[in-house]
Amino acid sequence: MTVGFVMLCHTALDRAAQVARFWAEGGCPVVIHVDARVSPHDFGAFRRMLADIETVSFSRRYKCEWGTWSLVAATQAASEQMLERHADVRHVYLSSGSCLPLRPVQELVEYLDARPKTDFIESVTTSDVGWTVGGLNTERFTLRFPFSWKKQRVLFDKYVDLQRRVKYRRSVPKGLVPHLGSQWWCLTRQTLSCILQDPDRALHDRYFRRVWIPDESYFQTLTRSYSINVESRSLTLSKFDFQGKPHIFYDDHLQLLRRSDCFIARKIWPKADRLYRTFLEGSAAGQMRAEPQPGKIDRLFSKAVERRTRGRAGLYMQARFPRQDHENGKTSAPYSVFQGFSDLFENFELWLTKAVGGGRAHGHLFAPGRVEFAGGETVFNGALTDSAALRDYNPRAFLTNLIWNTRGERQCFQFSPRDNQAINWFTATDPNAQISVISGAWSVPLFRSNANFADIRAEAARLQRIETEHLEILRSMYVKARVRVWTMADFIENPMEPLQTIIDEISPRATRRLSEAPRMADLTGFGRFLQNLKNQGMQPMLMGEFPVGSDPRNAAHRGQRPYLVQ
Amino acid sequence: MGAWATYRLRLERKRRLWRAFRRRRELKPVADRSKKIRRNDILLFATQRNERLRLPYFLRYYRDLGVNHFFFVDNGSDDGSREYLAEQKDCSVWTTTASYKRSRFGVDWLNWLQMRHGHGHWTLVVDPDEFFVYPFCDTRPLSALTDWLDTMSIRSFPAMLLDMYPKGPLDAQPYREGQNPMEIACWFDSGNYMISRNPTYGNLWIQGGPRARTMFAGDALHAPTLNKIPLVKWHRSYCYVSSTHNLLPRGLNLTYDEWGGEKASGCLLHAKFLSTLPAKVEEELERGEHYAGSREYRAYADGLKESPDLWCKWSEKYINWRQLEILGLMSKGNWA
Repeated sequence: MTVGFVMLCHTALDRAAQVARFWAEGGCPVVIHVDARVSPHDFGAFRRMLADIETVSFSRRYKCEWGTWSLVAATQAASEQMLERHADVRHVYLSSGSCLPLRPVQELVEYLDARPKTDFIESVTTSDVGWTVGGLNTERFTLRFPFSWKKQRVLFDKYVDLQRRVKYRRSVPKGLVPHLGSQWWCLTRQTLSCILQDPDRALHDRYFRRVWIPDESYFQTLTRSYSINVESRSLTLSKFDFQGKPHIFYDDHLQLLRRSDCFIARKIWPKADRLYRTFLEGSAAGQMRAEPQPGKIDRLFSKAVERRTRGRAGLYMQARFPRQDHENGKTSAPYSVFQGFSDLFENFELWLTKAVGGGRAHGHLFAPGRVEFAGGETVFNGALTDSAALRDYNPRAFLTNLIWNTRGERQCFQFSPRDNQAINWFTATDPNAQISVISGAWSVPLFRSNANFADIRAEAARLQRIETEHLEILRSMYVKARVRVWTMADFIENPMEPLQTIIDEISPRATRRLSEAPRMADLTGFGRFLQNLKNQGMQPMLMGEFPVGSDPRNAAHRGQRPYLVQ
Repeated sequence: MGAWATYRLRLERKRRLWRAFRRRRELKPVADRSKKIRRNDILLFATQRNERLRLPYFLRYYRDLGVNHFFFVDNGSDDGSREYLAEQKDCSVWTTTASYKRSRFGVDWLNWLQMRHGHGHWTLVVDPDEFFVYPFCDTRPLSALTDWLDTMSIRSFPAMLLDMYPKGPLDAQPYREGQNPMEIACWFDSGNYMISRNPTYGNLWIQGGPRARTMFAGDALHAPTLNKIPLVKWHRSYCYVSSTHNLLPRGLNLTYDEWGGEKASGCLLHAKFLSTLPAKVEEELERGEHYAGSREYRAYADGLKESPDLWCKWSEKYINWRQLEILGLMSKGNWA
């Protein structure tokens, strides 16, 4: 007993001939259907290539178009010819011209001999399929499709729409339960002849003639009516991407294909010389007779589809430039923004570097003069420069580039109302951002500066306005970032607790508690300073309450070593 | 995009095609072997001027990728490059002494040649210092890519210009004829590119890289444009608009995904920064035939005088396309 191959060919006929020869020489009869659109010249050449083999024959030619009945008609004709002419065939295997056998024919024959009553055909009820093109599952069987999906897409869609609106439904013939599946099957003589010699075949054919993509449903549905033992999987390794296009195998897939232990793979690039040479000429026999394991190939292709549909989070490049709110990750990794901390604490960046361990603590990345990279670097990862002009030309690109370039290393940076504010909405709506604000702390450098009070007052008013705007963004309903805001007065009441919370969030695995607090700037007379601003007619609102008389308590610690927290 | 805007772009495309058609007279054939082209051949189109030194490696590189026929427009070379090209069996050469600038930097000439010879073929338009890299280019020929694009019904394939530069001064390692330029200029900037969308033509506008970093830091708006769409399944009604940065009809420019996914894309390794550059800059400044009053070349002249080293400690050394893929400069998309 043997297996007979039905091949549907339309291009790369020389490769099809090679494969047909391989099967025929392995003792399996082959019936080939060649698309009627192939020119007589090419067809003649193809025939001559196989003329010396008796068990290769050609079936009646149909003009095949994707998604139409013609493919089923061609398969029927070729299958009938196979059953008629080759009595020793027990299984009929439907393959295409771009299929490539990965294991010796004998192994397939033995595999099928061990399962003489089994039909290998992927056959899934319509409600369980998730992979159909155009989202048509059940409707494939209940609507009419007179227009070509490939060439008359607009008409196709409109007509489907119209039928839905008028609630048009074709009735499915009695006794049939629509099933879908891969068109590459391997059926037993019994099942196949039942389908082809069914007294109701004319009825079935008439019905399926109007079904959309009947080659994925005709045999899949009818097998369910006759088969004793359906194994719902295809023996052909064939993967489709998200648009329903088959993945193609190239020379560099050789090892992967070899280890898959599948019998036949589709679809092979016709110019993949090495694959054809290896699998058709090489002696692959003597290997373990394993069950097909397409897992690795599955993973490769599903990764490729994911790359195409979801992409890499936080990456902006020539082939991925998502619209707003479709980013799948505005940035590639979490990062922290500290506003007011470097004003309130001396050498806060140094302290932060120690506290976050593996992370990178930058200065004011968006400072007006230059980009203050950690350690005063002039160039940073990815060859980002400290040029403020380049950064301000596209601040968002600067930030996303920085985060992308330093994947694997937590980035922290200082921010203040003095800096470029162009990214405020971006960071506020980015779930990767951790934004901590000590509001009003911008006033500390003013307080300690040696400027004229009129200038200080004007600057204070400007910074307060900017920070207020930023805080409004941070309080809006669109915020996705982890935002914490303290007034300066609240913060200096108990600075360690908020700091500990922030640091814990940055490196959750470090169980160590902070031992050293950053040194706070000297605030002696700060209350007076604020009162002076008020007296000059400017109302400082963001700092919280600082009574004129009593200075913040850390003033007493000035000059001593920073206090320890138990 | 409204009907009126669409119509205006259609008019613009017709105008550009007409312009290319008129400029055909400027081109004199030196060697026309276009009869040898067969049905599925991949064609390459380029303009060149005095690139004799670079051409041997250029031709070898693209022959190895699987380009079947080369079309050159020679713009008044006097270094023997025209004669060299005319001898090559797979090259067709036209020559002209007309203004490079007035042909919109060669676009009109190439649009005409593509209209005439490129219809129905995959066409690659590159400069002699640009080397096309695409996913799997080390294991799969160019026809594997174009066949795949055909099955996916994709008509155009983007490849960002990636400026390559040597470590140290440009003249430290002289470029020899036939040498792979990436042996010398093997460094590039991996992550300082800035992107925005061109609302008229729909293409992305990418700037950045070493030129923006060193020569245009104060004038980023005028930093060189790096987005390119060099590989197109040509139709006679298509035309390039400005260099190969964008095309009409504008659907060809939508080579990027807007919903978070990544489309397949490549890179053009730009080996401009070699020992040959200073002489070239001098010559081109004299001719004044380049874009925007040769602004770029003036910047080079200034830049070359001051700090000829484009290298910095975060420069990345080129290894292969997989490295570019991991860095996020190009993508495999759903090609596996």
